[in-house]
Amino acid sequence: MSQPDLERIAQRAVEAAQAAGADDAEAWVEEAVTRQIRVYEQNVESLTDAGSRGIGLRVFLDGRSGYAYGTDLSDEGVTALAGEASEGAAVADPDEFGGLPDELGAAEVKGLHADGLAAWSTERKVELAVEIERAARAHDGVSQVEDTVYADAEGSVALANSRGFRSSYEASSAWAYASVFAGEGADLMTGLGVGLGREPDELDPRAIGDEAAGRALALVGARQPESRRCPVVLDAFVAASFIGFIGGMLSADAVQRGRSLFADREGDEIASAAIRLADDGIDPEGPDSAPFDGEGSARRRTPLIEDGRLLTFLFDARTARKGGRATTASASRGSYRTPPSVGTSNLLLEPGDADLDELIRRAGEGLYVTDVAGLHSGVNPVSGTFSVGATGRLIEGGELGRAAREMTIASDLVSMLKAVQAVGSTTRWVPFGGSVKAAPLLIGEMSVSGA
Amino acid sequence: MIASELAGDLLARALARGGDLAELYVEERTGLALTLDDRRVERPQSGREVGASIRVVVGDSTYFGHVDGLAEEDLRRVAESVSQAVSGERREPVALGAAADPAEAHAIGQRPEGVDAASKADILRACDEAARSASGEVTQASISYVEARRRVQVFNSHGVVASDDRTRVRLGAQVVARRDGTVETGHETRGGHAGFELISERPEEVAESAARKALTMLDAVDAPTGRMPVVVGNGFGGVLLHEAVGHGLEADAIQKRASVYAGKLDEMVAPDFLVAYDDGRKPGEWGSDGIDDEGTPTQQTTIIENGRLTSYLYDLLRARKDGVASTGNGRRESFRYIPVPRMTNTFFANGNATPEELIEGTESGLYAVSFGGGQVEPATGDFVFGVSEGYLIENGKVTKPVRGATLIGNGLEALKLIDGVAADLEIATGFCGKAGQRVAAGVGQPHVRIQALTVGGTAA
Repeated sequence: MSQPDLERIAQRAVEAAQAAGADDAEAWVEEAVTRQIRVYEQNVESLTDAGSRGIGLRVFLDGRSGYAYGTDLSDEGVTALAGEASEGAAVADPDEFGGLPDELGAAEVKGLHADGLAAWSTERKVELAVEIERAARAHDGVSQVEDTVYADAEGSVALANSRGFRSSYEASSAWAYASVFAGEGADLMTGLGVGLGREPDELDPRAIGDEAAGRALALVGARQPESRRCPVVLDAFVAASFIGFIGGMLSADAVQRGRSLFADREGDEIASAAIRLADDGIDPEGPDSAPFDGEGSARRRTPLIEDGRLLTFLFDARTARKGGRATTASASRGSYRTPPSVGTSNLLLEPGDADLDELIRRAGEGLYVTDVAGLHSGVNPVSGTFSVGATGRLIEGGELGRAAREMTIASDLVSMLKAVQAVGSTTRWVPFGGSVKAAPLLIGEMSVSGA
Repeated sequence: MIASELAGDLLARALARGGDLAELYVEERTGLALTLDDRRVERPQSGREVGASIRVVVGDSTYFGHVDGLAEEDLRRVAESVSQAVSGERREPVALGAAADPAEAHAIGQRPEGVDAASKADILRACDEAARSASGEVTQASISYVEARRRVQVFNSHGVVASDDRTRVRLGAQVVARRDGTVETGHETRGGHAGFELISERPEEVAESAARKALTMLDAVDAPTGRMPVVVGNGFGGVLLHEAVGHGLEADAIQKRASVYAGKLDEMVAPDFLVAYDDGRKPGEWGSDGIDDEGTPTQQTTIIENGRLTSYLYDLLRARKDGVASTGNGRRESFRYIPVPRMTNTFFANGNATPEELIEGTESGLYAVSFGGGQVEPATGDFVFGVSEGYLIENGKVTKPVRGATLIGNGLEALKLIDGVAADLEIATGFCGKAGQRVAAGVGQPHVRIQALTVGGTAA
């Protein structure tokens, strides 16, 4: 379907909702084609080529709101949806802050869709995945390439509402990863390599395979270290996981519901001066960039932490009204199945001036962490205290030493942010914990518990 | 849904250029979710999705496509597009018997969609009230109700025609309690492959239990650090078995040598009194179904029998590769996904101790009642679990609650160190993520004691 077709369906759903008695309504329609190729031992393990489309309809009725979604985009389908959403609204409690955004619009974001994707045949994509696997396997000491995946998606999104908003955009993405083992038996260690972009031309298969192998090989022979308090360097993957988690805590919804450790901390110093963090929904490279958010406010760049100070939370229309603020266009949609809720777009950490070697040198005696486990279960969202599983290398005399596993690192998020002594000079996009452009971090001190 | 005639035609098209197996999976998903948060019922969500997928398997390669809706021309297009990826001789599917309408394999007392939404909203309000009246220290409650129905049909070129009508309901409560600067959260859920009767029976208990946990944790001290005996609670405590053992028994991990359990079949991996099952037909449980998502009837599979590793968990593809029968573990999140070996309900069988005996026999250790979640590396069996409700055991008695405890260890080692199993098996409602797919998985066990595990605490 074309973008105007999707817009027309969205418009029709809004009208159906109004005909069913809604005061206001908003419809999100999406269509996507996705391909995924999984390669194992140089052969195709699975190849998926799929199309999907769906619609989500949000209605407002006497201050109450209801939501219904479905895969039937026909006139009858959207009419049925309007009925269901209105029935849902009838059992909800009124919400004085609910309703469509007061501020509607679309930003211009260049390059969301890469036309080059269409030129790639399935065979070439298979070859790309095979090359990633080959590159990983070429490293001595790699015992297995468990999984190599290439995937791409192209899709369009249309949004219409009863206040006259009607817009759409198309976007594409391509990404790949490999998961590699080094060592044998109970000493098997894993490494992950990832790459992402708008089209396969932006992926470097050799770099992805090399990264996966390198990360696994660096951990060979890992042993449980002794407990200690020491400086810790988080690599960009791990830093991205923490930043993604912190981004979630900056949601005004979490704050207003008393579920964020950052409640009442707006304007406070919550991090070291080395930390500068922004939420940027219009960065041309950002995987989660878009012209408008999940309810039709124009996406933008919002600085969150500068010189260590917390500047603002992230707001959608509802939390903005409740907090007497303006939206930051942070209404996110997972898909047409879920109504918009406050979330980050792309989180961007400003790079510092020290490269990774320099961070490790400055750490002196400490720990370099390349993987954490259990972040979401290991952090108390209200107090921010955490204890998470970690894997990495010891830092001895300012250089990487032996590999370490079966340990936890513990601190609390604000103490950790304040203890950041330096941010690495090289940033990269990491697709974990949302979409984060992160750099390695040197933390002055954390508690490491092992044997 | 669709008739065998059309299914047969689609399978024939899918095999136009060969293939060892062609399969059509048809699904209608309907559901309702209601949430109460901050004293307000908000975000009622209802959905209806219909779609189908087709896969062709050639050797170790799978070609897969799916489509929303069941329009015949769309289905034919998917069948043809999938067949284009294959390059061999046409195969003919086995003729299919007649397809029956999906029927319920587990008793559904009261169909959830037959209960009006207002009554469901009232249950949420009653739970909110129950949580808040537990104590003035309760400051926030979030209650959620979800019902989901999946009607599925499976047809394959080997002659399988199967269907299932699955209904799941789940009530969950998250309660926040605050005293001075300390804030704690308690969780509780109740759910199953069952009808509304599971929810309408004293729903307030779910909220009361969550409130009790949050209030208890207000008195928590920092968790100890070091190696110590751990008594793991029943029900959700079974997530340890699920993560640290179960995933390693899934045959895809075994065949890719990505599991520490590869090559260990028939070996003693646990003490000789230990028995564990994966059981997808256990009546009414959260991870139960009538068939798996490849049309194989669900079954009880003994995975550990008297300490011996007795079976891996198979879907059709991996079973064929090992020359065994599928154990009915080929599961998928929806028609949009390729099935992979997944656990159903995985649990340790009852032993003969009592939980009190396990604790009395522990001089000094940790009582881990439930986990906030966890993560495991199947290749090594290394695991990390956050303890959401835990207590110190001192001189054979449960004493102070602890906060911030994390269990770290290795599945194979931990199994061998189990030295006591109680007789109070319970199965809790888990969601398991693998290969980007989320499915309902029952996790469970009776109380179990592990002689020694590393506890990563926050105490200095």
